[in-house]
Amino acid sequence: MKKFFSDFYAAINKEPWSYVVTFGLMIIGSVMVYNVPRSLSAFLVLMLSPMAMYFLKMNNKVKLFAGLVLAIVILPVLGIRNIFYLEVIFQICVFAALALGLNIVIGMAGLLDLGYVAFYAVGAYTWAFFGSKQISLLHSVPGAAPANAPFFLENPNWFWLFIFLGVGLAAFAGILLGLPVLRLRGDYLAIVTLGFGEVIRVLALNLDKPLNITNGPQGITPIQRPTLSPVLLDPLRRILEPVVGHEITTAQFYNVFFYFLALVVIIIAVIVARRLEDSRIGRAWTAIREDETAAIAMGIPLVKMKLAAFASGAAFAGAMGVIYAANRTFVSPETFSFLQSIGVLSMVILGGLGSIPGVIIGAAVVVFLNIQVLQTFSLYLSSLRQSDAVIPIINFAWKNLSTQLDPAKYQKLIFGVILVVMMIFRPSGLIPAERRKRELAGETEDSD
Amino acid sequence: MNQYVVIAFAILLGMVIAGGLAVTVERVAYKPLRNAPRLVPLISAIGMSFFLQDAVRLILGLTTGEFNVILPKFGTFDAFQTFNVAGLDAPVQLQNKTILLIAVTIVMLVGLNYLVNGTKIGKAIRAVAQDRPTASLMGINVNLIISITFLIGGALGGAAGVLFALKVTRLDPFVGFFPGLKAFTAAVLGGIGNLTGALLGGIVLGLLESFGASYLGIFTQGAFGAEYKDIFAFAILIAILIFRPSGLLGQTVGQKA
Repeated sequence: MKKFFSDFYAAINKEPWSYVVTFGLMIIGSVMVYNVPRSLSAFLVLMLSPMAMYFLKMNNKVKLFAGLVLAIVILPVLGIRNIFYLEVIFQICVFAALALGLNIVIGMAGLLDLGYVAFYAVGAYTWAFFGSKQISLLHSVPGAAPANAPFFLENPNWFWLFIFLGVGLAAFAGILLGLPVLRLRGDYLAIVTLGFGEVIRVLALNLDKPLNITNGPQGITPIQRPTLSPVLLDPLRRILEPVVGHEITTAQFYNVFFYFLALVVIIIAVIVARRLEDSRIGRAWTAIREDETAAIAMGIPLVKMKLAAFASGAAFAGAMGVIYAANRTFVSPETFSFLQSIGVLSMVILGGLGSIPGVIIGAAVVVFLNIQVLQTFSLYLSSLRQSDAVIPIINFAWKNLSTQLDPAKYQKLIFGVILVVMMIFRPSGLIPAERRKRELAGETEDSD
Repeated sequence: MNQYVVIAFAILLGMVIAGGLAVTVERVAYKPLRNAPRLVPLISAIGMSFFLQDAVRLILGLTTGEFNVILPKFGTFDAFQTFNVAGLDAPVQLQNKTILLIAVTIVMLVGLNYLVNGTKIGKAIRAVAQDRPTASLMGINVNLIISITFLIGGALGGAAGVLFALKVTRLDPFVGFFPGLKAFTAAVLGGIGNLTGALLGGIVLGLLESFGASYLGIFTQGAFGAEYKDIFAFAILIAILIFRPSGLLGQTVGQKA
């Protein structure tokens, strides 16, 4: 099996074939998704093309060009044609950015953070608080808000400033978390960060009194979005409407807009992570991860470096939080549960600790599993439930299957299996980072 | 049948099942990772806990379709016992099940303390905890000892679970999440590796949490109330880790974690 794959890879990894495979996948995938918008396999084919782009040997300029065409032209157009895919891609982008941030903390600095989603919440609630009517509702009881309360910010384009504010606040929260846990390692660190995540969630849940800051479990809505100028939209409409074959609403343009915003954050995150990796800071993180005591002895400023890791990891989550709040126009504490932290963790683990392309692919796979495969499976089960079909040997009628059994709600099972299986069989992830690969394959570490 | 016999049997069954499960989990998820870097078994453990929670939900979903289980009243465990304490105006009232809980806890503490500090197996466990390679050079079967530790831990957890169900009576597959976290907090509070400390930590944590939660409402005139109860545990944990990382009764053992 393994030999077959490596032979296959070697065969398509030659000059003409790599181009044929990549562009073939891209074109076939686009045509398939365009014609059969609801098909899961069509989408999968299209999603294989960036993978091919990454793994196959090609001229770097061609790679970049193909990637840009895919990201800037093909995906948005297909996304407008079927808005569901845009949602999938947007979620992949959001979680990829989160995974990239968490990767800095866990993968590079080796600090296991189980409360990462707290920083995401900080960003989201920052914009939710200022970008909604919440400030004028500070003294009202949740649910009994006067309907005609004004928005706090008259101009929703403050959003752009708040992205940076979200980054700053999340980084500050990162430092706040980092300070008490400086001396902790391993299990202790994991539990305290987990507790921190829970604290943020409980605060979001309960800070609706004495001052109504978070509106409690009901969450804050509506939240403003930055304005999209008609000067930009009208010509785009004229070009795109014949292509996608239906009218394009402003809401759909907003989806595309947020997709591009998330894409920009990812690109920045990738660049920052890349630059950090081999910088002085990145090497200091690696040293701390490998052996803290030795790192101190080598003169690495431990406090500064650990705080830097927490802060820079948190910053990406903060930016994404602001974007998420504006995209959904709604935030509630449920979005920031421990489950989400574990979800992001499993993306990082699946892709490969410390590996930048790895965690992006990890995010894509997990999101895809969550909102496509499981959903499809759920729909299939419920259609079986309505039919008269019977499982042959044990004579069990599908009709009797409990309606509580909804695979889409079994994310925890998926995350759990991913974490355990990856740790046992491939602890370095799908696409291992160079340094990790050496470390995990190396000689055994004696217990401490 | 006598209700106490039933409960004793339930505890025993809970111990056997939970202990067996713990050993299985150890075999599957931790044993292959014995020599991996520290982060690896930790992540595997988190994954396992998530898997187990949802697996229970899956089984419930397939069989009954109901995740929230409300246990019916059983025996006279809900009845109150009244004690007159000298010097107190009002009598002290305790539910039968609370008394049972305290009694079982004391038995478990004494038993475990004897096992760890008084028997040969206990000596082996402590040796393995201190230095695995050297312990194996001394003729200790490290794998066996680790399995035994998981068996003991799982069995005690199972016993606590039966008592928890008796006390709380409302169960769902995720009911163990906060008690598990608080157990860890209590262990850190008392000092990791110290059994009396763990008990003390549990008592102190429980008292701080319930008194803190109820007095918070009084001090802030109802602005903040018992909904911050769970935060209390973490605030205490963080405070302990900053000011006394070795816990209340623990000794400093160099850089362990």
